[in-house]
Amino acid sequence: MALSREQLAQRVAKELKDGYYVNLGIGIPTLVANYIPEGMQVMLQSENGLLGMGEFPTEETIDPDLINAGKQTVTAVKGASFFSSAESFAMIRGGHVDLTVLGAFEVDVEGSIASWMIPGKLVKGMGGAMDLVAGADNIIVTMMHADKYGNSKLLPKCELPLTGFGCIKRVLTDLAFIEIKDGAFHLLERAPGVSVEEIVSKTAGKLIVPEHVPEMQF
Amino acid sequence: MAGLYKVVDSYDQALAGLNDNMTIMVGGFGLCGIPEGLINHMVKLGTKGLTAISNNAGVDDFGLGLLLQNKQISTMIASYVGENATFERQMLSGELNVILTPQGTLAEKIRAGGAGIPAFFTATGYGTPVADGKETREIKGRHFVLEESLTADFALIRAWKADTMGNLVFRKTAANFNPMMATAGKITVVEVEEIVEPGELDPDHIHTPGIYVDRIIKGSFEKRIEQRTVKKA
Repeated sequence: MALSREQLAQRVAKELKDGYYVNLGIGIPTLVANYIPEGMQVMLQSENGLLGMGEFPTEETIDPDLINAGKQTVTAVKGASFFSSAESFAMIRGGHVDLTVLGAFEVDVEGSIASWMIPGKLVKGMGGAMDLVAGADNIIVTMMHADKYGNSKLLPKCELPLTGFGCIKRVLTDLAFIEIKDGAFHLLERAPGVSVEEIVSKTAGKLIVPEHVPEMQF
Repeated sequence: MAGLYKVVDSYDQALAGLNDNMTIMVGGFGLCGIPEGLINHMVKLGTKGLTAISNNAGVDDFGLGLLLQNKQISTMIASYVGENATFERQMLSGELNVILTPQGTLAEKIRAGGAGIPAFFTATGYGTPVADGKETREIKGRHFVLEESLTADFALIRAWKADTMGNLVFRKTAANFNPMMATAGKITVVEVEEIVEPGELDPDHIHTPGIYVDRIIKGSFEKRIEQRTVKKA
């Protein structure tokens, strides 16, 4: 079975480490916050100027001056800090954020990512995505392995305009956990009940399959 | 003599000298931390042909969206404009020239502009459409794009508190682009929630020193929330 959105978030959460500073993108990456293991201390960075993002507020504590990068009202945890956008992207570009999780339309075997623009369709802007992929060393991309017609989104070369060139090393799709190195996708894990054959058939870029491909653990 | 007393009493005084075809910076992230009264007064003034530098473009009926509806902006420099249908229509019809800029690059362009740095190299955008037509360079094995800094005729920002000399304190995530923009305007106008006397703000806690600020006006704010999210009880 392909992973649900919640399962994708759960699998990403297994990559968290105690003491990490983490930036979570909009969509599935945001859900990772719900699966931080008990007892582990992780600080969430929101690029509009918040380190230490907490849960949603109540009707009583809601504050229009306290939002996240998705423009949702949030709270700040104990030990949080606020700062300007320039400071925020100094953290990001300077490589101070330990893990970045974001979505994508396409990735390719060179580690390039396309996530912000579909020509001929509406262009909303890249926001902070280009800075995040250029600045972070440890990035996990969460995405669908193929579109609804079965067309692969893991390509020999991205077809859409890029968000970043050669910057992605790990991709978690609804079917597989994949590493990108040496100009190829390397299959690390498969979703429970998903066959290697299905993953191979839905991966357009060069895919290296080891003899044994373990199922994901949650 | 006004000396370093920078408080003005009216929005007309706050925006005196703002003319057609000028470049303005407008603080805020989404609708958070925007100078609401200054924007509303620009709508009243009807100043046209503006180049607006702001992370977002407001929503249709609030924030910079109001200037767009009134067709006062001819060029928009922003990182994300997804919440505004007027914007999309004007961009697709070619009425509005749009320069989409990565958020961190935009912040740094403004910071650099205010700090007298004409340009800088960043890895952001290398190999993407953002780098088209720009100088690139390999430094220590990595590729970088040369990005030019930004300044403006007017920086219109919002702060929480100001003393009458223009020392500023921002509040929570309403700071966002406001502190850098304060430094990058030829004339920086700040709309604040509260004005206090010099000495009332702890010098250790001032975010923006008064040297960057030219005019202060006390505003009243609706503080509209774009995505009202609350915890399930």
